[in-house]
Amino acid sequence: MENNKLSCSAVAAVKDICAAHNNDAGELINILHETQNTLGYLPQEVQQLVAKNLNIPASRVNGVVSFYAFFTEKPKGKHPISICLGTACYVRGSDKVLEEVKNVLGIEVGQTTPDGIFSLDCLRCVGACGLAPVMTIDGKVFGNVDPKDVRRILEDFV
Amino acid sequence: MKISSLKDLEQIKATALPRLELRNETSPETGAETCGLEKGTARIQVLTCGGTGCKASDSAGIAKAMQECIERFGVADKVEIITTGCFGFCEKGPIVKVMPDNTFYTKVTVKDAEEIIKEHIIGGRRVQRLLYTDPETNVAVSDSKHMNFYRKQVRIALRNCGLIDPENINEYIARDGYFALADCLLHKTPGEVIDTVKQSGLRGRGGAGFPTGNKWDFASRSNSDIKYVVCNADEGDPGAFMDRSIMEGDPNSIIEAMAICGYAIGAKYGLIYVRAEYPLAIHRLNTAISQARELGLLGENILGTGFSFDITIRYGAGAFVCGEETALIHSMEGKRGEPTLKPPFPAVEGYKKYPTNVNNVETWANIPVIFQKGPQWFSSIGTEKSKGTKVFALAGKINNVGLIEVPMGTTLREVIYEIGGGIKDGKKFKAVQTGGPSGGCLTEKHLDIPIDYESLGAAGSMMGSGGMIVMDEDNCMVQVARFYLGFIVEESCGKCVPCRIGNKRMLEILDKIVAGKGTEEDLEKLEELAQVIKDTALCGLGQTSPNPVLSTLANFKDEYLEHVREKKCRAKQCMSMLEYTIDPQKCIGCHLCAKKCPAEAIAGELKQPHTIDQNKCIKCGTCLSNCRLHAISLK
Repeated sequence: MENNKLSCSAVAAVKDICAAHNNDAGELINILHETQNTLGYLPQEVQQLVAKNLNIPASRVNGVVSFYAFFTEKPKGKHPISICLGTACYVRGSDKVLEEVKNVLGIEVGQTTPDGIFSLDCLRCVGACGLAPVMTIDGKVFGNVDPKDVRRILEDFV
Repeated sequence: MKISSLKDLEQIKATALPRLELRNETSPETGAETCGLEKGTARIQVLTCGGTGCKASDSAGIAKAMQECIERFGVADKVEIITTGCFGFCEKGPIVKVMPDNTFYTKVTVKDAEEIIKEHIIGGRRVQRLLYTDPETNVAVSDSKHMNFYRKQVRIALRNCGLIDPENINEYIARDGYFALADCLLHKTPGEVIDTVKQSGLRGRGGAGFPTGNKWDFASRSNSDIKYVVCNADEGDPGAFMDRSIMEGDPNSIIEAMAICGYAIGAKYGLIYVRAEYPLAIHRLNTAISQARELGLLGENILGTGFSFDITIRYGAGAFVCGEETALIHSMEGKRGEPTLKPPFPAVEGYKKYPTNVNNVETWANIPVIFQKGPQWFSSIGTEKSKGTKVFALAGKINNVGLIEVPMGTTLREVIYEIGGGIKDGKKFKAVQTGGPSGGCLTEKHLDIPIDYESLGAAGSMMGSGGMIVMDEDNCMVQVARFYLGFIVEESCGKCVPCRIGNKRMLEILDKIVAGKGTEEDLEKLEELAQVIKDTALCGLGQTSPNPVLSTLANFKDEYLEHVREKKCRAKQCMSMLEYTIDPQKCIGCHLCAKKCPAEAIAGELKQPHTIDQNKCIKCGTCLSNCRLHAISLK
């Protein structure tokens, strides 16, 4: 399959990133980080393009993308939400915060709302354990979240 | 400038030292008297915590507001606002510390910035309301040395965190930084360097506790022109943030230690494998590496000795298993982070098949001090087999959440009740989890065991990397075991059958138990499966993955039995075993709960007590949160 879905600028960006790493397959993870930073996510077409540039099978790229939690094959919402499910947050009730976010948005973990505004993910520890339970929206940390506050916090982003 | 000799390094130290004098807590200048420009204090430094925890509460905004204030009041030439690494007392963050009078302000907000500058920095009057109040005596404490949280701590790995500006290499040098490297390069043979580390008794702080000196020795004995020194900064234990704090607060200590190791084992290249989830740590490491290169402390011909060493950063991508050293090496090679069988050990065949020495961040942070103060000094701290100190990320249901460092041999009780200030909201202590997903839950009866590798292992847990999560009576231990197992199932790399399938089956059994459908036979199956996984999994992570289940089964068997026999959860966390009920004595029949109930499970005449149909109830809790008379309870 050719990269018919990708814009010329995306193709050029991927090519530049690979070239900056000397098209070295050993740099695959760093290349994927930079590509995801630039394009937002790593759809199959991008993975194939990376494989082509590095001269390795696309299966190897996909094997790496699907292995690591940090890489995503789907686009995120405009405001990505992450709920911390690290132990410190968990014992202070972050599972209940997660349930409430799911209720309010009507989506499951890993999904994006139909309007594309929010996407929901879990992560393990942002390191603000003193504020547990925490959630992050657009990278901003919200601490000591009570499930009752969830709706109000989200409304500010709509 | 490039440093090309010891003299150059001493020169930088001498120039930078005055900056640190104000921060020296033992200097005569530092005292209990409040400093203030109007009281005649010539110079004042204000330290703000720039660690991730305090930054989440806008400590950067506080620093900026204070900077604006000192400029507005025209005192910027006498007052300096400095961003440091983590102070450790995250519970009370953001922290602001004023020097030289050593005043420790807690829970500071942007709104307090002006008052601190006007009242304290200029006027010389402490802002009382921002001081820490001792919960026992109710007395305000301004000096952190007199807080229970700090009293029993000994900060070696964290020696510079919360003290120096991590983005200024000169401050690190002023704290004798890079002098250990210089000493090794100029006055010690590689063999002597390894012997010094061996004599110190330092053991790996990543979890397993392998003697660091021996590890270096193995790598040095491998014959190869190319060798690698690796820093494992893939801190994957959920709820642990020791390594991150060190990278954020004192990145140069890692760089210096890796260079020392490079000299000892004959390696020219260093790699730091760090989690991509730690952007601030990555930024600080990059800053430190480029500053060290500028000064010639990394690169070719360091200090004119002919020794060359440089460091590059590799990013993790969110895989717990990459903390295992063979998996980490594969990940650095751009592959899936799957472990391989040892031997061959990385010391023989590691990164790109070359001999590789991997140590964890905290292990590295200990190395320069061992050379500065001597291996005997280091080995005089701690217990017979566990030397030095250990950093813990103390979190969970505890009053003083934070980052602590205690000598090995300190008891769990001292950590939880003295440093940690006891259990939150006066609840009853139930368990403390150490070692993360590879560790175990310890109970009241273990509180007096000393913290060292052997004692924690013998009690059914492990030292681990330093996560320490405290749980109270409201935590259900079956749920906790299920939480860790869920983590393992998600993070298992899938390479070996016992870990991939065995843990999944165990999780299914635990799901069944919390759903109220478990039997006593299930508990036996759990134990049997756990033992098989322990004996047969491929890597260290797989082999230790059943530990949370095994330790809770051993220490909280009665709770498991209650779940399977009586279908009862004493912590009231397993919803399947609980029912919402309405107290007919308290219910006035306002009908509000019935109106709000999404499942139409509540019925009753107006002004008559209502009832809940348990078959229809979906246990959402809406009725409970809406009842104004507290007539609804969960039992």
